[in-house]
Amino acid sequence: MTPITPAHYMVLSAALFIIGVIGVLVRRNIIVIFMSIELMLNAVNINLVAFARDWQHRVGPDHVIGQVFAVFVIVVAAAEAAVGLGIILAFYRNKETVNIDEMNLMKW
Amino acid sequence: MDLIWLIPLLPGFGAALNGVVGIRFFSKRVAGLLACSTMALALALAVWAFVELLGLPPEARAHDVVLADWIPPIPLETAHGIGAFEAPWSFRLDPLSAVMTLVVSGIGFLIHVYSIGYMHGESRGAYARYFSYLNLFCFFMLTLVLGGNFLVMFVGWEGVGLCSYLLIGYWYEKKSAADAGKKAFIVNRIGDWGFILGIFLVFFTFGTLDFRAVADAAAAMPVEAAGFGTLSLICLFLFIGATGKSAQIPLYVWLPDAMEGPTPVSALIHAATMVTAGVYMVARNAILFTHAPMVMTIVAVVGVLTALMAATIGLVQTDIKRVLAYSTVSQLGYMFLATGVGAFAAGIFHLMTHAFFKALLFLGSGSVIHAMAGEQDMRRMGSLRKYMPVTYVTMLIGTLAIAGIPPFAGFFSKDEILFRTFLDNRLIWGLAAITALLTAFYMFRLMSMTFDGAYHGPAWEGHGHEGADHGHGGHGGHDAWHGPHESPRVMTIPLMALAVGAMVAGFVGVPAALGGNNAIEHFLEPSFTASAAVHGEAVAGETTEAAAPAAAEAGGEAAAGHGEEAAHAPLAVEWGLMLLSVLLAVVGIWFARRNYVTRPEASEALATRFAGAHRVLLNKYYVDELYDATAVQGTLGGARGLWAFDRRVVDGAVDGSGWFTRLSAWISHMFDKYVVDGLVNLVGWSAGESSYALRRVQTGLIQNYALLMLIGVFALLTVYLFTR
Repeated sequence: MTPITPAHYMVLSAALFIIGVIGVLVRRNIIVIFMSIELMLNAVNINLVAFARDWQHRVGPDHVIGQVFAVFVIVVAAAEAAVGLGIILAFYRNKETVNIDEMNLMKW
Repeated sequence: MDLIWLIPLLPGFGAALNGVVGIRFFSKRVAGLLACSTMALALALAVWAFVELLGLPPEARAHDVVLADWIPPIPLETAHGIGAFEAPWSFRLDPLSAVMTLVVSGIGFLIHVYSIGYMHGESRGAYARYFSYLNLFCFFMLTLVLGGNFLVMFVGWEGVGLCSYLLIGYWYEKKSAADAGKKAFIVNRIGDWGFILGIFLVFFTFGTLDFRAVADAAAAMPVEAAGFGTLSLICLFLFIGATGKSAQIPLYVWLPDAMEGPTPVSALIHAATMVTAGVYMVARNAILFTHAPMVMTIVAVVGVLTALMAATIGLVQTDIKRVLAYSTVSQLGYMFLATGVGAFAAGIFHLMTHAFFKALLFLGSGSVIHAMAGEQDMRRMGSLRKYMPVTYVTMLIGTLAIAGIPPFAGFFSKDEILFRTFLDNRLIWGLAAITALLTAFYMFRLMSMTFDGAYHGPAWEGHGHEGADHGHGGHGGHDAWHGPHESPRVMTIPLMALAVGAMVAGFVGVPAALGGNNAIEHFLEPSFTASAAVHGEAVAGETTEAAAPAAAEAGGEAAAGHGEEAAHAPLAVEWGLMLLSVLLAVVGIWFARRNYVTRPEASEALATRFAGAHRVLLNKYYVDELYDATAVQGTLGGARGLWAFDRRVVDGAVDGSGWFTRLSAWISHMFDKYVVDGLVNLVGWSAGESSYALRRVQTGLIQNYALLMLIGVFALLTVYLFTR
């Protein structure tokens, strides 16, 4: 059995990221888009954690910057989720829809 | 005598009062009384001053009064370095101005009284205006004669010209009257030009304008017997001024037209006083003139030619006032003839007698015109003797006086002039004698046509005359005209007073040959000689140049010299001349009566026989036409030329620059509008157009933006990867 290398993590991460991107681009429901964004953030987290672990193996156990960064990302994502959901809620109250195609006021 | 300045100021006050408040508020009675009373007071003062003057010894008979300063001394260049030009309001009473003052105020007063009657048909305001002008005229005329220097005299001189203009054009609604006023004024300006040049030259030569000082200075200068020097030039300029005011050749043309004014005005201004101002001015400068013998000759020749020419024109005129106007021109010619031959006293004497009988004749003609309700054509009068006896008798006296029948006034003065001319120049005397004959003729022609023969005028109610078709055309304001009638007393009394004057005025100058002592000549003599001190000097200087032919006249001996000469002339000559002139007058009278009373057809026969001459005379020698063709048309042509220059060149340049400014403004406007504004608009327009295309990019759809962002990231990554 081949050992799990950073390459494997990167493939997973890239796959997740691309799924997130496609979700953001093609879905109409803003909640789903939101979830797709979370998917992209977590793809990044996987990358960070994977490289941090690889760095610990090769240099020393003190090198945990990547994991710390991932924790920051999770915190920021939580904050972002709170703010984003607040906006979505406000928007829904106005338009009674969460379809992204209806959200086209910011033009001309 | 210190109050002589009041003599002019009294009528001046009357004129101001009548002119300022009278036209609006005074009744006719008040306006007339005011004017007459100021004149009466002036006359009383003049008489008083005259009596006081008579009380003085002859050599002290001169009194100067300076009323106020006028022009303070101004340094000005003269022939003798820088002099002080100054002119106070000075008045001078000496025998000459005393006589003139008496004539002006006396006759002026009578004519004021007469005017009350003559002008009664005028409206209230016009009546006060008339008296205001008449008083103003007396103010200026008295200023003229009493003025103590050239400038004060000039003020009066211009003032009487103004009043003459105002009064000739008194009926200004009538075009002919307004035109005559303008003509008088303009012709007078030509003379005034000469007068003022003379004044300038007097100041330049003598450094003063005071009559006395100028006369004394001139007396000390040599007589310009041979050449034409400064004094001659001064005298010539002054004489040009005199020809304008006194209607002499070549400036006499205004006087006959001046008859458009009311008849009392013609009597006062254009017969008795204003027109004699030129004679007075020449006499006032007698010493200057005696020092310029050449100019004296010019004066005498102009005088006699004017006298003869005007008399011939007077022969054929049919307007009663025009005959008298030409007669006035003719008599003024006599006065200049007198001054021209050095007989200044005789000139002034004739001026005085003429003032009486010519004022009388004019007022008489006014009475006739009044009686005929405005008719002035003598051919439509006749037999008026029986309707207006007082006018007839008084006018007859005036006519006898002007014709030179003794013992009326004109005989003495005219004979004196003829006698003195005879001594000076036989040819001129001959012309003057012919003029005397013509004078008697045309005056009796006037009398005969007006007062004798058959009545040719319009008919009136209750008088079935054949001339009924003439209608009442000339008849203005009255309700009905009841035929010729005698004038009211307010008009006949001045006539009678003047008739008395015309009878007795001559007795102040009875010549020695007739047992008189020529009182007026001796009275006037001091005015024509320099003061005693200068006299002595001049006589002393004279001995050095005793060879000069005219030296005997220097130093103010002119009048006296002639007087002595006259005394030396044989008594027989003087008697003969008197008889001759009376004979001439009688012949003239006889011929006139024959032509116009006993055989009326004879005059027409004469007119047809000498048709050419008759036509020339009737057209007044075509002088008006000549002046019109030369001076008037020349002036108008010049004016038109200047107008065309103004119109074409000056206006053209102004219009052209205006047009050019507008053109350049238009070009600048177009540049602004299309180039500058165009660029600005182009920027805005292109920004607008491009934004119209580019705004399509902004869809507002988040997913579009996200896709574009992704494509961008891919593009950057691709560039990054492949160009590394």
